[in-house]
Amino acid sequence: MKNNRVKNITPYLFLIVPLILYLIWVIGPMIYTFYLSLTKWDGLSAPTFVGLRNYERLFRDPVFFISLKNNVKWILSFITIPVTLGLGLAIALNHSIPGAKFFKASFYSPLVLSLVVCGLIWSWMYHPAGGLINSFLRGIGLGSLAKGWLSDENLVMWAIILVAIWRQAGYVMVLYLAGLQGVDPQLIDASKVDGCNSWQTFRNVIFPLLTPVTVIVIVISIIDSLRAFDLVSVMTRGGPYNSSSVLANFMYIEAFNNYKMGYSAAISVIIFLISAVFIFIYLWRIMQDEMEY
Amino acid sequence: MDNTTKKFFSSPWRSLGFFLMVLITMIWLLPFATALLTSVRTNDDILEQGFIAIPHEWTLGNFRTAWERGGLSRYLPNSFYITIPALLGTLLLSSLSAYALARFQFRGNRLLFFLYVGGTMLPFQVLMLPVFRLTDALGLYDKQLGLIIFHTAFQLGFCTFLLRNYMRTVPGEILEAARIDGCKEFRIWWQIMMPLTLPAIAALATLEFTWIFNDYLWSIVLLRTDALKPVTAGLATLQGQYVMDWTVIVAGALIATIPTVLLFIFLQRYFIEGLTLGATK
Repeated sequence: MKNNRVKNITPYLFLIVPLILYLIWVIGPMIYTFYLSLTKWDGLSAPTFVGLRNYERLFRDPVFFISLKNNVKWILSFITIPVTLGLGLAIALNHSIPGAKFFKASFYSPLVLSLVVCGLIWSWMYHPAGGLINSFLRGIGLGSLAKGWLSDENLVMWAIILVAIWRQAGYVMVLYLAGLQGVDPQLIDASKVDGCNSWQTFRNVIFPLLTPVTVIVIVISIIDSLRAFDLVSVMTRGGPYNSSSVLANFMYIEAFNNYKMGYSAAISVIIFLISAVFIFIYLWRIMQDEMEY
Repeated sequence: MDNTTKKFFSSPWRSLGFFLMVLITMIWLLPFATALLTSVRTNDDILEQGFIAIPHEWTLGNFRTAWERGGLSRYLPNSFYITIPALLGTLLLSSLSAYALARFQFRGNRLLFFLYVGGTMLPFQVLMLPVFRLTDALGLYDKQLGLIIFHTAFQLGFCTFLLRNYMRTVPGEILEAARIDGCKEFRIWWQIMMPLTLPAIAALATLEFTWIFNDYLWSIVLLRTDALKPVTAGLATLQGQYVMDWTVIVAGALIATIPTVLLFIFLQRYFIEGLTLGATK
């Protein structure tokens, strides 16, 4: 009897320290943000309750809509280009190509760099006068194509997204390579026997089997797009004229440069609400796996 | 060329594919090459001759400038002071909670598990202002300890998730045997479960090291004093200081990558394992 009771509280003893830490520093703050978004707060004095005023202002703020639109661009690029590229590379490198190891390492090497470092190196490559890209264009006689990649309002967002894609493709490739390990080679052989060509085998056998990976990759890509901050902060701070502003950067500037923390909290709540849909899809996927146990 | 290689290149399509792969890889590595070439040139040389040119002189002076006057000699150790304790803390604590979730049936087990998993996907922005306020209230604002505690707590979600799934694959008989021998639960966790979980912990450790080491957002939110900043935030300061001198900025960026690049070279397998463990089971 006594032994049973000891066993009943054992898991809680293991959980108590990490769980308290997690509740105080992660779950609690998440909930508290909702409250802060209903207040006026400069970061020093106590927040004062103002109801939905921050949201009313937010929906009239043009910078909010520019940022939102840029996040949508980011998401759309992220769920198409790196995913296709990563999948293609994974399929190609899953075969025994000479040097496959080197190729793989090359593609995921950007992942070990911090986004700050990526942002700095690419800022230099984009540099209007001395940068590699413009120098190259001038060198091959296409000087007219040389641009101020980070100072042109129409180009800057794409220039930053390209850096993010450069870093992301290798990650997607790694995930698909792991997924391909789980594809039974007999199924592929069987489809070949049935007369499928390579494309048909991919389309009808391999790709459907990779669906779980694809779901995870897309969810991760969307969440990563929504929390994108470092590259924009290092490369442009959202400029010129907010043309490369994204929600995370907009939120940071409102909080720590303009000391409008209540307003900033409202932006973060919007980021959260958009993410919540995808976090839910992710949890639902994990739950399906759980049911298999 | 050995036989398999010869066979591979006997098909023209495959040869073409291989050529394409080489081309893409070269483009992919271009930023690295650019950075390396920039860091050993002088700013004047680049301004004078343009980027694509044979430099008149080679120099390691940019690295020295970034290290000494640019402050990397301070920022880089700071990164370790922050990363190592946070890494150890989160691995230790998450293995405790993972053990509870993996090995015990109790009310709320599922719920807690989803709380941890959901937290891994949380946009950092949702936590930013409350965490800023909390560190301030606890007197931890502008102290490395505040940053360490936050990283430890935030990474608990991901680590618990992974370790819990891994611990579930350990056969129950081993633990049962120890239990019958009168082993206390805490000793079973430390002496039996932990050693068995080492492969997962190794994978997780390399990945988490990279993540915490590369963090930028939290270090600028929770630290203000320049002398306390890790290398990511330090590089942003350096960028402001040397606006016109990209050779120094790029040299600084290269110094900042040395730790994670070394880790990647020596522990690549674990790094990749960690990445895939998270997304696919």
